[in-house]
Amino acid sequence: MHQFTLAEIARGLADKQFSSEELTRSLLARIAQLDPQLNSFITVTEELALSQATAADARRANGESGALLGAPIGHKDLFCTQDVLTSCASKILTGFKAPYNATVVEKLASAGTVTLGKLNMDEFAMGSANESSHYGAVKNPWDLTRVPGGSSGGSAAAVAARLLPAATGTDTGGSIRQPAALTNLTGIKPTYGRVSRWGMIAYASSLDQGGPLARTAEDCALMLQAMAGFDTKDSTSVDQPVDDYLAALSQPLNGLRIGLPKEYFGAGLDARIGEKVMTVVEELKKLGASVKEISLPNMQHAIPAYYVIAPAEASSNLSRFDGVRFGYRCENPVNLEDLYKRSRGEGFGAEVKRRIMVGTYALSAGYYDAYYLKAQKIRRLIKNDFVAAFNDVDVILGPTTPNLAWKLGEKNNDPVAAYLEDIYTITANLAGIPGLSMPAGFVDGLPVGVQLLAPYFQEGRLLNVAHQYQQVTDWHIQAPAGF
Amino acid sequence: MALERSDVEKIAHLARLGLNEADIPGTTETLNNILGLIDQMQAVNTDGIEPLAHPLEATQRLRADKVTERNQREAYQAIAPAVENGLYLVPKVIE
Repeated sequence: MHQFTLAEIARGLADKQFSSEELTRSLLARIAQLDPQLNSFITVTEELALSQATAADARRANGESGALLGAPIGHKDLFCTQDVLTSCASKILTGFKAPYNATVVEKLASAGTVTLGKLNMDEFAMGSANESSHYGAVKNPWDLTRVPGGSSGGSAAAVAARLLPAATGTDTGGSIRQPAALTNLTGIKPTYGRVSRWGMIAYASSLDQGGPLARTAEDCALMLQAMAGFDTKDSTSVDQPVDDYLAALSQPLNGLRIGLPKEYFGAGLDARIGEKVMTVVEELKKLGASVKEISLPNMQHAIPAYYVIAPAEASSNLSRFDGVRFGYRCENPVNLEDLYKRSRGEGFGAEVKRRIMVGTYALSAGYYDAYYLKAQKIRRLIKNDFVAAFNDVDVILGPTTPNLAWKLGEKNNDPVAAYLEDIYTITANLAGIPGLSMPAGFVDGLPVGVQLLAPYFQEGRLLNVAHQYQQVTDWHIQAPAGF
Repeated sequence: MALERSDVEKIAHLARLGLNEADIPGTTETLNNILGLIDQMQAVNTDGIEPLAHPLEATQRLRADKVTERNQREAYQAIAPAVENGLYLVPKVIE
């Protein structure tokens, strides 16, 4: 049963081949058996899952239907879930049982999903390897000595290992697309403002966006259909109707114009990944697409700009963790300042402290123009590059990552080297456009991902291209040995 | 301009982050590496470019000035490290 996709589960439940409760019990047993190897869960919500599953079965018995009614999923542990530990994989949120549900959690619950648990991640979503979690590193099911990517590494590892058919993630600089690439999944970061950020614990508010990770584009469409939409509780949510993503899947690719940015295929890219990307291009041509080279000349400036904007916003967002209102408090503080400093010093891990300090410095008196304002100007240059490119092409295609999944611990001592892994994904967050990663084959037994980018609100187009590709290839159905 | 130990201590104070003495040299080195990466921005010509704060240029939405939320003080205080009689407890701030 664990091999079923969401679409197959929907058919199985509708045809009464199995109940949601049977499926849920079977996956809970699988998680208990296999997750110790991966560490992809922070909390397994067995009781909640079984009550949601029996409720979904009752709704179906009463004649209700719905693509996600009774479907088991998991949430990245930064989506607030009422009365369940929501840790952001940080010691500073020790004991934080959220008093309310995030909008995404609420919307998926009302669609009838069953929450199996809360998934491991890089602390406060800061990382590309899922090694900065207070709850320990997550292992890649394709090779247990390697990282699954991050920051949504628990979501990726759990779905890739068939512990779950789909999970929520968030993407601030590549945190859905990069782990999807390194674990052979499909993952989509929607347009900024498409999915509500309410109750999604903030890292960098002008970049963060929630989205799904699943094994197929069709499953991502099912998840995103339920997750997307305007939310008055999120002041940056966009008031625009949600497209019919499922209907978009079947559109033929005849006449699709694909742009290949020459900057994505230069130095720094593992040539074997580059070759896999070109085989995807050939396949899409057979489906009727045309291809041309384009240029995104400001791409190289994205990482420096991102590492100002994201830490600056993080330093502001994370000031709320003060040891007073929720979460971890140090022992025996001697005064208020000692309480703040020690609670935060002991509660945050090394990478989070680094980014808070970079952000604090960038925003401090006398430096604002040189750093934050400068980065925002570069951000516009990057957006302008995309606007110009999309005059000539419908989607942009390239590698999701420059390298394959690396060994656990390999980049721990060099944060700057780890930052450079996000080179291809970060521009979509700065510009706010949607991006998707899909499986494109294997090198040395490790998955390779291809990234597709589209203009604002064209999530349907991305899912369409990925779905059509998945109709003629089988990379996405390959499962890791032992799972 | 590279950060020195005293700069790092000042930044940590501004961010109300307690650092271990032993971690300060390593933190200083790492922050300088990160700032080295960031400083590549300065070579980019941004003359006449307007800063971009929101990808879709959205501005703050306003709503009608009416009560929409109920008081959830008990739920919120149930997860606080220390409360008493509906108040959050902190060390004494006035001698």
